[in-house]
Amino acid sequence: MSIQFNNETFRDDYSFHNSEWAIKRFPFPFHEDSYMYSMNAEQHQGGPDGSVYEKRFDVDEHYVSEMQDRAKVLADDPLRCQSLPHMTLAGWDLLELIMVSKSEDYPDLFELHRDGNQWRWVNKPLGIDDPFTFLDDTTLPYGPMEYITRQTQGDFALLDQREENLWMDAGMITTQADWSLDFDIGMNFFEWHAPVPKANEMGIFKRALKYLINIPQGSPGRRLNWTMTVNPLLDTSPENYHKWGIQKTTLTPENIGAKQHLRVELQTFFRLPRSNALAFPIRCYLCSFQDLTTMPKWGRRLHRVIRDLPDELATYKGFIDNRPMMLDYLSKFDDGLPTSPGIFPEPETEPPLKT
Amino acid sequence: MSKFEFPPSIGSRPIWGTLEPRTGASHLFIADAHGAEAIIDVATPELMETGHIIFISRGTDYADKLRALAPAQFYEGPSYDASLPRIKRVLSDAKMGLQVYLSGTEGLMGQATNEATSAGVPPAAIQTDHRGSTARRMQCVHCKGFTEDVETDPFVCSHCGLNLFVRDHYSRRLAAYQGVCVDAEDPGNVPAQKGIYE
Ligand code: HEM
Repeated sequence: MSIQFNNETFRDDYSFHNSEWAIKRFPFPFHEDSYMYSMNAEQHQGGPDGSVYEKRFDVDEHYVSEMQDRAKVLADDPLRCQSLPHMTLAGWDLLELIMVSKSEDYPDLFELHRDGNQWRWVNKPLGIDDPFTFLDDTTLPYGPMEYITRQTQGDFALLDQREENLWMDAGMITTQADWSLDFDIGMNFFEWHAPVPKANEMGIFKRALKYLINIPQGSPGRRLNWTMTVNPLLDTSPENYHKWGIQKTTLTPENIGAKQHLRVELQTFFRLPRSNALAFPIRCYLCSFQDLTTMPKWGRRLHRVIRDLPDELATYKGFIDNRPMMLDYLSKFDDGLPTSPGIFPEPETEPPLKT
Repeated sequence: MSKFEFPPSIGSRPIWGTLEPRTGASHLFIADAHGAEAIIDVATPELMETGHIIFISRGTDYADKLRALAPAQFYEGPSYDASLPRIKRVLSDAKMGLQVYLSGTEGLMGQATNEATSAGVPPAAIQTDHRGSTARRMQCVHCKGFTEDVETDPFVCSHCGLNLFVRDHYSRRLAAYQGVCVDAEDPGNVPAQKGIYE
């Protein structure tokens, strides 16, 4: 299997698109017809063939273009990648985890050759072939976290663990759902989650932290989170909100199917061996409403979830003003038939839309 | 002047305390404006024997009252920025057993806390007491500039000129709240200004 990488943009002319393969494997985040925050974590030990859960770090058709977009974001604003001084070892841990995983999971795309601390990393899609000395910062063009995350889809937070808490002390954050690493760096788990409505009162963050600080090496976990984005814009940062916020007002009943995207984050958690830090990759997947609704189960369910979502969540996620237009569009894909449990689209068994 | 009761807020914003006399090898007080009242409330002859008061008067006339407490050292400065080199110098001598007392505005307490901890003062040896103005030190998330003493929501960023909405999300590292463009989705439609706690 070799992946055909798209040549596409996540800004300006927005030529981003999903192939049929990408639509079918899209991580639809709703396992039932309603949604509320919950401690929805499970083991990250593979998944169905071809699904985004199969590999430790999923590589898909958007890889090369996403890395080009990240390079542009960083050129405009270097503060999107920061690491406090005590986090360098965790950066090396992360580099090792990604290089080992990708070279084992995608041997046709990535190679890692190791002779003691003399390493050579080959990244064929990006045309990189770098010899370097493991744990020697002077032998790479960037710090270890920045080096490897410029070559890996998804945002990355590195959490230092101390005082029974997690501290966001390093990160590469360029595809975020409207939060700022530069503002949040150095905060603990409860501080950076402070703006989230309801979840704290529901006791979710207490349970989530307990689960995270007990994740052992070799037993990674995962969960899905989601929001809404108008246009396939990866960099929905607060830093640039004064530039992209206006795009939310460009939806019309005619263009909403193409412009409105469900934005899903596959969040994974890995304990790192030397630093005991926690790596938190946040991988963003985008899918337009018109592509999602090609799967009858997803069309039915998305309509019901968005219709019944509490206002507080729709406000926090930033789409309360557009919700009525979304529902007008989505209602056409909901014929009232029941949906099967689970997130997978089941196109072979789910009944087609009644017209 | 009575103390302002901050309404309940989100988990990132700090909770200020009330100064209490502690035993310690020496005592450093840093206050601005009405923060002087907290020093007057807590002062004892023992504390003042090894006490150093750094007071940023900001137009108030507490200086004489503070001097009358007879601290071992007293300094009056016009602004936090002007007194910062002195604060750093004093903290560079910080020894085991130093007690730090911060009082006045949130901006002063937040910034001085960072100076003290980065000089190695353990957080447990730092006390705070909010007095006087409830104005906030704000960081513009867009241009990263800080605007001091913000009393209204929204306000205009003193660096880039955007109209910013005052969030409760607070960074201890920056000693600031976050300001975010208020009219991004409807340029020019800026809500009427009101007091932050109105
Ligand atoms: C250490 C790992 C984690 C990091 C670094 C992280 C980071 C974040 C950040 C930065 C936000 C945005 C907050 C804002 O509005 O400024 C957020 C939102 C949120 N987080 Fe986490 N988080 C982590 C783990 C978890 C876990 C395990 C849960 C489990 C329930 C969780 C639940 C949530 C929820 C419910 C939201 C609101 C999302 C929405 O409605 O779109 N987080 N997280």
